[in-house]
Amino acid sequence: MEIEKSSGVTVKLKVNGRTSELRLDSRVTLLSALREHLVLSGTKKGCDQGACGACTVLLDGRRVLSCLVLAAQCDGREVTTIEGLARNGRPHPLQEAFVHHDGFQCGFCTPGQIMSAVALLEEDRAGSDEEIREFMSGNLCRCGAYPNIVAAIRDVATGKGTHQ
Amino acid sequence: MTAEFEYVRARDLAGAVATVSGDPDAAYLAGGTTQLDLMLKDGVVSPARLVDIGHLPLRGTTRDRDRLRVGALTTMAELAADPVVAEQVPFVREALLAGASPQLRNMATIGGNLLQRTRCRYFRDPAVAACNKRTPGSGCAAVTGVARMHAILGASEHCIALHPSDLCVPLMALDATVHIQGVRGVRVVPLTGFYVLPKARPDVENVLHHGEMVTRIDVPLLPVGTRSGYLKVRDRASYEFALLSAAAALRIEGRTITAARLALGGVGTVPWRAYAAEQVLTGAPADEQTYRAAAEAALREPFTVPGTEFKVELAKRTIVRILETVSGLPR
Repeated sequence: MEIEKSSGVTVKLKVNGRTSELRLDSRVTLLSALREHLVLSGTKKGCDQGACGACTVLLDGRRVLSCLVLAAQCDGREVTTIEGLARNGRPHPLQEAFVHHDGFQCGFCTPGQIMSAVALLEEDRAGSDEEIREFMSGNLCRCGAYPNIVAAIRDVATGKGTHQ
Repeated sequence: MTAEFEYVRARDLAGAVATVSGDPDAAYLAGGTTQLDLMLKDGVVSPARLVDIGHLPLRGTTRDRDRLRVGALTTMAELAADPVVAEQVPFVREALLAGASPQLRNMATIGGNLLQRTRCRYFRDPAVAACNKRTPGSGCAAVTGVARMHAILGASEHCIALHPSDLCVPLMALDATVHIQGVRGVRVVPLTGFYVLPKARPDVENVLHHGEMVTRIDVPLLPVGTRSGYLKVRDRASYEFALLSAAAALRIEGRTITAARLALGGVGTVPWRAYAAEQVLTGAPADEQTYRAAAEAALREPFTVPGTEFKVELAKRTIVRILETVSGLPR
């Protein structure tokens, strides 16, 4: 029977283009691996039970909740976090649009909002404000910055971002 | 604190089934949105060994004449994007997109959706002693507690925990079948016979034996000319479990309903097929009077507690509304 066993796990993660090999307790989530082992604290722990979206990252290009994925499940896979969006020292257009539109107040949900928005644009789900709201519904903002979040995403989707 | 567990990555189907079947303390890990939630967050289940099947080749769909074969590891997002689903069983797509959030739909699998556990807060809180589903014979805290997201059909004083799936509602209506791999081979069970009503043993939720794995779900496609729809009623507009939902497929010739399929979510301890309502609908005129009679038939013997009484009328109105929508009856 071809089965690999381990109580601890060795995980090779490619995060924001950089590969790291980690020896972890099998209970460690992708979220904890990012924050505590790779010291990438941009990804936030909100509810830590799949209800708020603050921990959203891209796993093999698709948005997922890193609090509900074991690091062990990500062996050999690619992860993109908020720290990996800037290009040549310039923020991602969505990051600039969130600043321009005041798409946040306390900022705690913002990395998750932006990672989710990056995926939403990739999925072509920004056809209307209604569609943006529906496909951003997995990201809660307790400050209530929703109108400005939608405005920021709409601007980037329609190419109107003034800071691009 | 979550108990330690051994993480095992399965390399093939036979090995995975043999491992879990031979170890009472082992469990499968697929999408993880239920399993890891219950293990790491709520502390409700604590397998000593977790067998990750996420990499097994059980992903994707193939069309086989009048049915769609869906690999159990296909994600909700992938099935929602399937063109055959959109064209031939559009209410399956509607139910998928009404469920969870985009992130969760990228993670959660179709097999896992069938097997997801209830959202009953008393089940998910190990500090609550009385839960027949968690600890057989301990009682039910929900019956005398704060109930709202709970079942009124298939329920009793033993358990009112709701099966929360959206997807399973149209799948029940369609008579989907479940392919199950065990150590001795494959068996096929209709989804309508897959779930077990709680009665005195709410811990037994379905016909799976320990170690058996759901590998495939076959979804019959609707005949051309059949219209379908899914209606979900909930406390907020998106990213929320159903208070009530209904999936309907109707074939109407002239003004007469010649074929009807109806299933309900948000009301049952298992996804609920409304056979009695289908009988009322079939052969009857497609009008509001028929729909109201069908709704009455579907809700004949509810089991309610103070927090769930409102669901009886809400269920009837949800049924009438979806039947009106699907039949194109002007409101």
